[in-house]
Amino acid sequence: MSILVFAEHDNSELKSDTLKTVAAAQAIGGDIHLLVAGHNCQAVAEAASKVNGVSKVLVADNAAYEHQLAENVSLLVTELAADYSHILATALTTGKNFMPRVAALLDVAQISDIIAVESSDTFVRPIYAGNAIATVQSLDSKKVITVRSTGFDAVATDGNAEIVAVDKVTDAGISSHVNDELSVSERPDLGAASIVISGGRGMQNGENFKLLEGIADKLGAAIGASRAAVDAGFVPNDMQVGQTGKIVAPDLYIAVGISGAIQHLAGMKDSKVIVAINKDAEAPIFQVADYGLVADLFDALPELESKL
Amino acid sequence: MKVLVPIKRVIDYNVKVRVKADNSNVDLANVKMAINPFCEIAVEEAVRLKEAGIATEVIAVSIGNKSCQEQLRTALALGADRAIQIETDENLDSINVAKLLQKIVEEEQPQLVILGKQSIDSDNNQTGQMLAALTGMAQGTFASAVNVDGDKVNVTREVDSGLQTIALTLPAIVTTDLRLNEPRYASLPNIMKAKRKPLDVKSAADFGIDLTARTNLIKVTPPAQRKAGIIVESIDELVEKLKNEAKVIS
Ligand SMILES: Cc1cc2nc3c(=O)[nH]c(=O)nc-3n(C[C@H](O)[C@H](O)[C@H](O)COP(=O)(O)OP(=O)(O)OC[C@H]3O[C@@H](n4cnc5c(N)ncnc54)[C@H](O)[C@@H]3O)c2cc1C
Ligand SMILES: Nc1ncnc2c1ncn2[C@@H]1O[C@H](COP(=O)(O)O)[C@@H](O)[C@H]1O
Repeated sequence: MSILVFAEHDNSELKSDTLKTVAAAQAIGGDIHLLVAGHNCQAVAEAASKVNGVSKVLVADNAAYEHQLAENVSLLVTELAADYSHILATALTTGKNFMPRVAALLDVAQISDIIAVESSDTFVRPIYAGNAIATVQSLDSKKVITVRSTGFDAVATDGNAEIVAVDKVTDAGISSHVNDELSVSERPDLGAASIVISGGRGMQNGENFKLLEGIADKLGAAIGASRAAVDAGFVPNDMQVGQTGKIVAPDLYIAVGISGAIQHLAGMKDSKVIVAINKDAEAPIFQVADYGLVADLFDALPELESKL
Repeated sequence: MKVLVPIKRVIDYNVKVRVKADNSNVDLANVKMAINPFCEIAVEEAVRLKEAGIATEVIAVSIGNKSCQEQLRTALALGADRAIQIETDENLDSINVAKLLQKIVEEEQPQLVILGKQSIDSDNNQTGQMLAALTGMAQGTFASAVNVDGDKVNVTREVDSGLQTIALTLPAIVTTDLRLNEPRYASLPNIMKAKRKPLDVKSAADFGIDLTARTNLIKVTPPAQRKAGIIVESIDELVEKLKNEAKVIS
């Protein structure tokens, strides 16, 4: 078996989630190749070549892949697919965007968001916002899979794979990039942080998220939010944790002013330790919290910051 | 231009589903069902395009058994002009849903197909992208803004690092994210009117597509339960526990 893993990157850095997707590939077993599709992405290719368990890095460096438009990337991956039994990508917005296209072009089903590998054709994935866990067997000859990185432990990066250029250029010519509005933050990435502190509607406004920042600074934490906080415009969309936002599983998750709707729990209930701060003792978030504090957040947060 | 909106009947998002005792699947007996929230947003967006004079007709389509007509009527009450039910009792893989939708796209020739980004039951997040591939169309997934501009549509997408805007050549596929719009409530007169709007029923078997299942659901289990936690009385106690018991901060 040969497995192609799509590398997540922004043309300059390889995202650490890729190390977890490679771990999923190792659990399937076989010869693992990493595909770096981008533009001016040599630094990513270098980093990819160090990922343990990878025997070859394919680099498709072309302007057509700069923004990883689904139309172009899916054609590239489909052309490469002939050599592989499994094609894996991380279940982040890039992989979620182009992978089902690959599956359709290959006329196979996609198994989304796997959290465990049972065998080379059988995988485990959450459904119904994580309220049920399905074991699914793929009956197709080729498997197209997206991997939820919280399910796997990152592989090490002291490998030395060969780097091979891919000259194919597939430009569908039906989509183009207009612009990005990227959130810039000095803080660790939500998906990669070992501590996350999130605020909900209880924060009342965006200004009050400063109360979380002081604590995040002391703990080296990332800051997240509930959908209600994002919807109310307190913070940008990329901070949303949940079923339809980001899935996180840090060592410590602190939920502040968040009620604990199933859609929010879906994104964080696999965290190792959960702390909830909420003034309503009946809030469902306390049912998943290891440590609950029933308090007004406007009293609790400044005190917490001062005692860390 | 015509806008096609595929919608799915799913469990109501407020209901916490339970797994059947025999682990064969989840138990949907007597559970409240509804239109998938992302599909409702898709219908709303299509209706707004019609109200803005950009869309000329909004067609809702659903693949499922007879009960999904209820959700099609909801779409009609929200402003869709007509509806198509593709009758099947099977729970189809997204690839097969996409193949049936491809046939409807060929028949109806819409300029825009707006789907939800994800069904809240299967959590697949696949069908729109697959339909785009099968029809050779461009796609704007996880949309938080859709602007039709001549023979193109600009779609602003919610991506991991923020927002990305792309331009797609029409006809194109859009999948909705939560912030695209806030769906209206259907008014009573519109619910009454919806009863008289056309709803075509077609059989999935009549399309001549191989709908053989590509996946086999082996079992469904409840998620691991977290062990009961404790309520701490003070910040001091919390910090002490996090340092010495949980050992997650130093
Ligand atoms: C299709 C769909 C997908 C969704 N996806 C997501 C998702 O991915 N992520 C997500 O988070 N949600 C999601 N939601 C929304 C979800 O259903 C809830 O509406 C949302 O999570 C609620 O956010 P909240 O807990 O911040 O707000 P609320 O439910 O309003 O809770 C606010 C909490 O703050 C507490 N509070 C208020 N003031 C204070 C104070 N001074 N001190 C302490 N506590 C205080 C209150 O007691 C309350 O418990 C989705 C919904 C749908 C329909
Ligand atoms: N049975 C169905 N009938 C009509 N539309 C569907 C069906 N299943 C999925 N869809 C559409 O595809 C979107 C994404 O679904 P999924 O790929 O299952 O997560 C949904 O929001 C619908 O717009």
